[in-house]
Amino acid sequence: MNIAERKNRLRRTMMFLSAQRPNLIKDPYLFAPDSLIFDLEDAVAENQKDAARFSLYHAIKNLDYHGIERLVRINALDTPHWAEDVRVSVASGIDGIRIAKCETAQDVRVIEQAVISAEQEFSREPGSVLLMAALESPLAVLNAYEISKASPRMFGIALSGGDFRRCLRTTGAGGGVDMFTARGLMVLSARAAGIQCFDTVYTKLDDLEGFEKETRLIKDMGFDGKSIVNARQIKIVHDIFAPSKAEIAEAERVVMAIRENAEKGIGIFQLDGKMLDIAFMEGAERTIALAKASGLYKGGL
Amino acid sequence: MKNIAGREIPQELLDQGWKPHLGKDSYRDIEFRKTGPKVKIVNRGTESKLLNSLEEAFRACGMRDGMTLSFHHHFRDGDYVMEQVMREVARLGFQDIKLACTSIGSSAQVVADYIEQGIVTGLTTSGIRDRIGEAVSHGKLKEVAVLRSHGGRIRAIEEGSIRIDIAFIGASSCDEYGNASGKGGKSNCGSLSYAEADAMHADRVVVVTDTLAPYPNKPSHIDGVYVDYVVRVDEIGDPKKIASAAARITTNPRDLKISEDCVNVMRALPYFKDGFSFQTGVGGPSIATTIFLREHLKELGIKMGWIVGGISTPMVDLMKEGLVGAIADVQDFDLGAVESLGEDPRHFDISVSEYANPFNKGAFINKLDFVILSALEVDVDFNVNVLTGSDGVLRGAPGGHPDTAACAKCCIIVTPLVRGRIPTVCDRVVTVTTAGDSVDVLVTDHGIAVNPARQDLIAHLDAAGIHHVDIAALRDMAYAIVGQPDDIRFEERVVAVVEARDGTVMDVVRQAKPFDINE
Amino acid sequence: MIINKTSMAGTLESSDVLVTVAPGNQGIQLQVTSPVIQQFGRAIHRTVLDTMARLGVEHARVTVADQGALDCTLKARLECAVYRANGVTENIPWGKGEQ
Repeated sequence: MNIAERKNRLRRTMMFLSAQRPNLIKDPYLFAPDSLIFDLEDAVAENQKDAARFSLYHAIKNLDYHGIERLVRINALDTPHWAEDVRVSVASGIDGIRIAKCETAQDVRVIEQAVISAEQEFSREPGSVLLMAALESPLAVLNAYEISKASPRMFGIALSGGDFRRCLRTTGAGGGVDMFTARGLMVLSARAAGIQCFDTVYTKLDDLEGFEKETRLIKDMGFDGKSIVNARQIKIVHDIFAPSKAEIAEAERVVMAIRENAEKGIGIFQLDGKMLDIAFMEGAERTIALAKASGLYKGGL
Repeated sequence: MKNIAGREIPQELLDQGWKPHLGKDSYRDIEFRKTGPKVKIVNRGTESKLLNSLEEAFRACGMRDGMTLSFHHHFRDGDYVMEQVMREVARLGFQDIKLACTSIGSSAQVVADYIEQGIVTGLTTSGIRDRIGEAVSHGKLKEVAVLRSHGGRIRAIEEGSIRIDIAFIGASSCDEYGNASGKGGKSNCGSLSYAEADAMHADRVVVVTDTLAPYPNKPSHIDGVYVDYVVRVDEIGDPKKIASAAARITTNPRDLKISEDCVNVMRALPYFKDGFSFQTGVGGPSIATTIFLREHLKELGIKMGWIVGGISTPMVDLMKEGLVGAIADVQDFDLGAVESLGEDPRHFDISVSEYANPFNKGAFINKLDFVILSALEVDVDFNVNVLTGSDGVLRGAPGGHPDTAACAKCCIIVTPLVRGRIPTVCDRVVTVTTAGDSVDVLVTDHGIAVNPARQDLIAHLDAAGIHHVDIAALRDMAYAIVGQPDDIRFEERVVAVVEARDGTVMDVVRQAKPFDINE
Repeated sequence: MIINKTSMAGTLESSDVLVTVAPGNQGIQLQVTSPVIQQFGRAIHRTVLDTMARLGVEHARVTVADQGALDCTLKARLECAVYRANGVTENIPWGKGEQ
């Protein structure tokens, strides 16, 4: 995939793993999440940050992850760890970096600089390491648009619910209404900046019903995906994000119609009483891609 | 001379009359005369079978050096009977004793000491573990041990290859005339199926119980007419380790994935129709198949005719939901199964002979459609090892594995591709316990492989769109993850024979060799 | 690099390996325990010697208490222990000396 394709790839599920647990990092691709996030931050004890880096480096260098995107969550800018985290991530060959506790556009630029130096130091293709930001405070969410635009490497922003709720001093009662505004702002900011947005992890592992409810909500709100902490959550998200048969059929017709008309030199036309032009292609193609990823698409596109 | 699994049979065994195993279809149309025990009759109403101690029982039975004693494993890791009996054997100075166990768990490990001291010089069993396994692997047992499947052990008893002098049968409750049960006491285990053949063929039978019941203790699992003596001890076992609380279905995503794929394979085959029969073991992926079976059965509006083997609560639940017609019980793994046995007329116990004996007039497993089994190792010829660990030491149990695999219309092995750094799928298993001619499908977390000898199954899986690969590809994946393993090295000396269910040689186990980097 | 003090990396958890490196003066002295010593003992020895060579460590007493770790985990724990023995936690020359 080229860099543009990589920025826009499917990220319905992004699964966190501790980079420090050998048992977990050896074959997580079996559960087929869209992305893996190797965690150097909260999942790693303060005095094991160095060990986690070595584990990360050798795992990424030696193990086959079967095409699943590999990201690293580095420690925040207010810790002494982030600089070395960036170096090891870039050196290992990782696909992208998730900036924990990102608050401002400047935070993104600082990390971007470190990534640029590391790409040079470790002979990686310039621009190949992408960035995403985890927004964990009210200030961060209010800065979401600026953060999203801060670098051409930015592919997405994610809401981090636990820390966020602590800042809001709310408990999550009332069906998560405390997160409404933040979620809405995230979607608006991401779309305005042309990047993806992801919702927070759900830590009550045995409450699969509650997890499903929340996932439906954020999908309807426009999120591209959700962070995952356990493989059992993956299928639920993928099923919810899977397009319906009707949606797939419609998308197929749109794609074929646009292509046929383009061949005839026609840029705008009618299909079933609706005006269609090339602008509809992206959405239709994304539906087909989702359908393929969900194993639902049997057509020829 | 090589057998069907490609294993060399050492000349010394051939000289003793052992024959190589020639496959699951090689022991048909046989007629033989069963052997019988010596019977000391009891027909005076005043004769009592009750004795006060194990020592008295030895005396009454005429116990001598060189005798063969037998024990069952229904009390699993909570068994106290074998240890109590063997401690008395040692205390009273007996020597050269042979043990014919149905299986050995982690209890009675004191027997490892007796092996080293020459008190125990011979052993036949299905399962073997811990220090006892190590003692045999390190060459401490004087005679070559014989590992048998459950069905094979019964055949061996009935044809006389195993001659039991005294059978010690632990029972949860028993009356003064020997009617023994696996229920009705302080430590209940459900059925006593494994002990039935011993009761009927041993020259002397001693029931050991901690709960005397009024006569007649019927229904009983062991009939009093086979029993010579009854000894009451304080405790026959630890109830917590005999039958655990209801087995919980795993939530491990890896096990669930394997189970789901396994049931999808079953569904794609023509045997998956109303009334099919099924057996599963107790590992995580095995029990979890009940979840997915439930979904498919309900969707298709069909039910299983019967299930057989070791039973746990999830299977009993399926029966209660009307998705299983009958349960033929050989042993119970948890309290839910123990309770159901006998309470529900659809749930009944069968003897191990009825279960898996290849040399009777029709065991249940002859009619089995599906069996789901696990494996320590599977090689590219689909041979399975459930006996020796990654250091070549004995620590497993053929159990009913070779029996059910040989009989079922479809044998599916479920296992993760690697366990830690151990590749489950490999070039050549260390020890063959089930030959590849009996194994049809392998389902791992990394993919599915079908035995090329089953082109019929391959056609069905292809038609259903179920992706499968060459087993060699799975081996390559395993080695890519863990690295290419070196072969385990052994000494020359044979310490155990793995006997196939028909009495021929499946493989041999040689003495373990300590690792030497310089070799 | 020289091993100045004893240091450890890793754990005794399943699939992990606990590596201890201590100062020495008779080349690389290695002690390995592992549940898969028969199948991977030689591979473990090779990885230790290769890693020490790559890091430029000539003398050390190395103890490897393996719990079935993959080769990449062993490399990671070895490197971590060696760098810890030198008190180094940043500006690691990632990938130096690798093929």
